[in-house]
Amino acid sequence: MLLAVPALPLIGFLVNASLGRRIGKAAAGAVACGAMLASFAVSLLAVMRLVSLEPDSRAIVSRAFTWISSGDFIADFTLRLDPLAAVMILVVTGIGTLIHVYSTAYMHEETAPEYARYFSYLNLFAAFMLLLVLGSNFLVMFVGWEGVGLCSYLLIGFWFEKRSAADAGKKAFIVNRIGDFGFVLGVLLAFVRFGTIDFQQIARAVAPMSPEAGLGTISIITLLLFVGATGKSAQIPLYVWLPDAMEGPTPVSALIHAATMVTAGVYMIGRNAVLFAHAPATLTVVAVIGTATALMAGTIALVQNDIKRVLAYSTVSQLGYMFLAMGVGAYAAGIFHLYTHAFFKALLFLGSGAVIHALGGEQDLRRMGGLKRDLPITYWTFLIGSIAIAGVPGFAGFFSKDEILFRTFASGHALLWTVGLLTALLTAIYMFRLVFLAFFGDRTPDQTHQTDPTHLTHETHLHDAPPAMALALIVLAIGSVVAGYASLGGRFERFLEPSFAPERVAEVADRGLELTLTAVSIAAALGGIAIAAYFFLKNRRAADRMAEQFAGPRRLLQNKYYVDEIYDAAIVQPIRIVSESALWKAIDVRVIDGAVNGVGETVTGASEMLRRLQTGSVRAYAASLFLGVVLILGYYLWP
Amino acid sequence: MVPLNYYLVLSAMLFAIGTAGVFVRRNLITILLSVEIMLNAVNLTFVAFGRALGSGDGQIIVFFVMTVAAAEAAVGLAIVIGLFRHRESLNPDSWTVLKW
Repeated sequence: MLLAVPALPLIGFLVNASLGRRIGKAAAGAVACGAMLASFAVSLLAVMRLVSLEPDSRAIVSRAFTWISSGDFIADFTLRLDPLAAVMILVVTGIGTLIHVYSTAYMHEETAPEYARYFSYLNLFAAFMLLLVLGSNFLVMFVGWEGVGLCSYLLIGFWFEKRSAADAGKKAFIVNRIGDFGFVLGVLLAFVRFGTIDFQQIARAVAPMSPEAGLGTISIITLLLFVGATGKSAQIPLYVWLPDAMEGPTPVSALIHAATMVTAGVYMIGRNAVLFAHAPATLTVVAVIGTATALMAGTIALVQNDIKRVLAYSTVSQLGYMFLAMGVGAYAAGIFHLYTHAFFKALLFLGSGAVIHALGGEQDLRRMGGLKRDLPITYWTFLIGSIAIAGVPGFAGFFSKDEILFRTFASGHALLWTVGLLTALLTAIYMFRLVFLAFFGDRTPDQTHQTDPTHLTHETHLHDAPPAMALALIVLAIGSVVAGYASLGGRFERFLEPSFAPERVAEVADRGLELTLTAVSIAAALGGIAIAAYFFLKNRRAADRMAEQFAGPRRLLQNKYYVDEIYDAAIVQPIRIVSESALWKAIDVRVIDGAVNGVGETVTGASEMLRRLQTGSVRAYAASLFLGVVLILGYYLWP
Repeated sequence: MVPLNYYLVLSAMLFAIGTAGVFVRRNLITILLSVEIMLNAVNLTFVAFGRALGSGDGQIIVFFVMTVAAAEAAVGLAIVIGLFRHRESLNPDSWTVLKW
């Protein structure tokens, strides 16, 4: 039964990839959505069976075949459903289905072959993502890990005629490759150290050990795995690909670059919680990197003008929160934030997609405004998503973010807590800046755009989300409100506990402290909204004055701390120069081409001499034959 | 009785004459004749040894050689005629390239 979960989207991919261009757009969309819906149904059944089991033995294992068996190395193709994987497959298939449905409307302007190509990629992505979360050992996980990277590349570069989209796809792929290199090294080192790559066996081997004091083997293994996580989950220093990934279609951003793939790194740490718990040095690194990423991305999101880029940096920032939770040992809180974030961030992306769709491709916040009146469904759902991410009580984001901040403070990381709180404030500010700029005030039409005839037609009949899109938005908006209540009374944490066992998270039961901290984070959320309301709703001139006053920092933020430029100067250009002058012009042309041409010339020269022997005169051949026979006979017969 | 060595010396002389003919003469038919002389020199050796050792094997081999020589002459002369039709010449140096 477990195998059907990734197999169904794979079948959808095969059908759409082979027949998609012939069966027409409606059928292609139906196949893709049907495959996802079926996968979701199977997932639900599987999770229901899982829940009916005893809490301590909650795991469904489905072994397909022995994949590799070579000496000590044994890798089975095994899928394993435990509470952690259960959360993930429900998120992937559930939100995936909604985004598939949404896409049928969003992509309706594409031609039939393009439409089928889009849905085949989307199905393939879901198949790989499900393989990633269900794999019971590192190798199966790695197949999914690389597969989602491939699909991410294909979908970012979906409109590959556009230079920037093709470049963004390549950037995502290459940056991920750097992380994957660390990941592979980590897996290999884990095999060397433990003699197995099965998650359960590694956890059992590690459990009796005491946590490493310094930088031992386990710390190095986990650090290398974390390098892989920084690539996949867009953390410092490998986060640069995610904002550029917004070149892809918006539903792709929602599915891959907000709800599912980018959380793979967080999931991977949760999956290996026992291993990471034994490497306190790594956990500190994870927490610090997560917090730093959250703050950095949050500040950048404040000044971006592209609606999708704001959301992209917001995603990076929220992923930082998840890593902060992982780093302080609050695995359940991190996974809980992953789960709630999947709802509201998918909702926000889909909402931004509806705005972009309505405006005929316009993504610049400065040219939006007043959309509240024209796009009521989009406005209300988007507002709910923004409230949820800002952390207003009663909405999903509040429960998870508050839990993370509380856990951080309770584990004694006061500095990380302060930065986390500041980021929560920033989150509320940039999200509501976006809401106020896009949906309130007046639209300031751009001169250049008005002369563009395609734009005019779209501007004239501004339409709200069509039914398929509205459905996805409304369901996700409901999810963004209610998803958080799953954690009431610690239910979510208890459900996940077997996955992180036997590592028990330190029990903290200081109610008074928790309430104080909750009050502080609510204040941060409401304060952020109030600040955004003052600057972007009430008094835009004040915002402009602020911008002028802090022109320097603003320019720094608008250029994203010049990180892309620094990477370009420090890494890309040196590699390019070395490649061109040393590797290409010296080694390739001189050494390698020289060797190949040299061999050719030697043979030609030798042949030039040897061909003189081939006179064609039969008598000369006969004479040499005769001479040879005489010499051989003479040699043997000579006494 | 004539001693064996006499036969062998005669055979060697015939073989040398045949070899020299193959190398020196510039007429394909003469070259074929020279090859026949070489073959017969070898035949003589076989027969001489057969008689000296009191065995019939030498004579049997000679029969085989003569048969092969006859076949060779037939094929060889046919090739010579074929070549002659191409070049109107019997000089082997006319055919130094392996194509035409």
